[in-house]
Amino acid sequence: MPRGPFYFLEEELMSTLCPECEAALTLNDVVQGEIVVCPDCGVDLEVTAVAPAVTLALAPQEAEDWGE
Amino acid sequence: MKIGILLSRVRVEEKWLFEALEKRGMEYDRLDDREVKFDLAHPGPWLQYDVILERSISYGRGLYACQVLNSWGIPTVNRAQVAATCGDKLATSAVLQAAGVPQPAVRVAFTPESALEIIEEMGYPVVLKPVVGSWGRLVSKVNDRDAAEALLEHREVLGNYQQQIYYVQEYIHKPNGRDIRAFVVGDETIAAIYRTSPHWITNTARGGKASNCPVTPELNAVCLAAAKAVGGGVLAIDVLETADQGFLINEINHTMEFHSSVPATGVDIPGKVIDYLVLVGKSEARSPKPDGARNRQYAPMGAGV
Repeated sequence: MPRGPFYFLEEELMSTLCPECEAALTLNDVVQGEIVVCPDCGVDLEVTAVAPAVTLALAPQEAEDWGE
Repeated sequence: MKIGILLSRVRVEEKWLFEALEKRGMEYDRLDDREVKFDLAHPGPWLQYDVILERSISYGRGLYACQVLNSWGIPTVNRAQVAATCGDKLATSAVLQAAGVPQPAVRVAFTPESALEIIEEMGYPVVLKPVVGSWGRLVSKVNDRDAAEALLEHREVLGNYQQQIYYVQEYIHKPNGRDIRAFVVGDETIAAIYRTSPHWITNTARGGKASNCPVTPELNAVCLAAAKAVGGGVLAIDVLETADQGFLINEINHTMEFHSSVPATGVDIPGKVIDYLVLVGKSEARSPKPDGARNRQYAPMGAGV
């Protein structure tokens, strides 16, 4: 398949499914430990791995001692 | 130098801190507080770190991790004692009072009945706060006796014993709908923002908008005094403006967020935090640590030592 003019950018994008609602998510430039929000169902997701494939898990719920 | 970053999740702040470390060519490890394990007698791999930056989103995990690390002589930013003080509003107010740092009036009681008495004595409105908590959680403005009775009844049935420590603070009216969040790193107030909100709670976590606040000599002085009172380090100081009493210190945060403050002020807060961290790592460099077993000072009675 011929590559588009921005193939190098497309390769930076990482695709996976939301573990809550199974929406297809395309993530860009995320790191392990980062929290992203599913645009479909709104749940908080934690990036648990970025290589070899990006994986997501439901993020921990806010606890009473969380803060700054 | 080897640096550890103890964290719970990677927020914008942590990304910026990693960038600042990488820009300076510093060697560092990310330490997820969910995976941390300590054997008090065997510091083992922890001794590779010259200094650890505590960025846990959980107050409890951050505090206890620093207590262990400091007991081994590993410097942390901030130190455990600073976290213990700043993480508890009553402990903070007590050291501010002892140091003569201006703050709103605070009274404390341990039962709903006594709490109602001090609220009535102070006069409405007052602010009822949990001693532990952040992001404005359960911080309540009490406008009248009906509200006071309802709040105290609700607090009584909350599970955590700390909810039965009744910390009552004088309510300070914010005529401009704003307060100040100032950032102290070491012995300098490096930046400050106004937090403006139509709501009396101005936390940016609750929708307060950030804009640059000039660090005047007066603001710098009160912030440095407050930072010194709690033990110093990297601190975010919440300051109230008053017409008749000048600046009053409201709260002090020891694991500050700054994602809205960097764009508002243009100050490289993460860079300054990392520079300070490196300074602490160098200035508090340890002599080689023996392991816990060989470090024992205590000789049991009758041991003939």
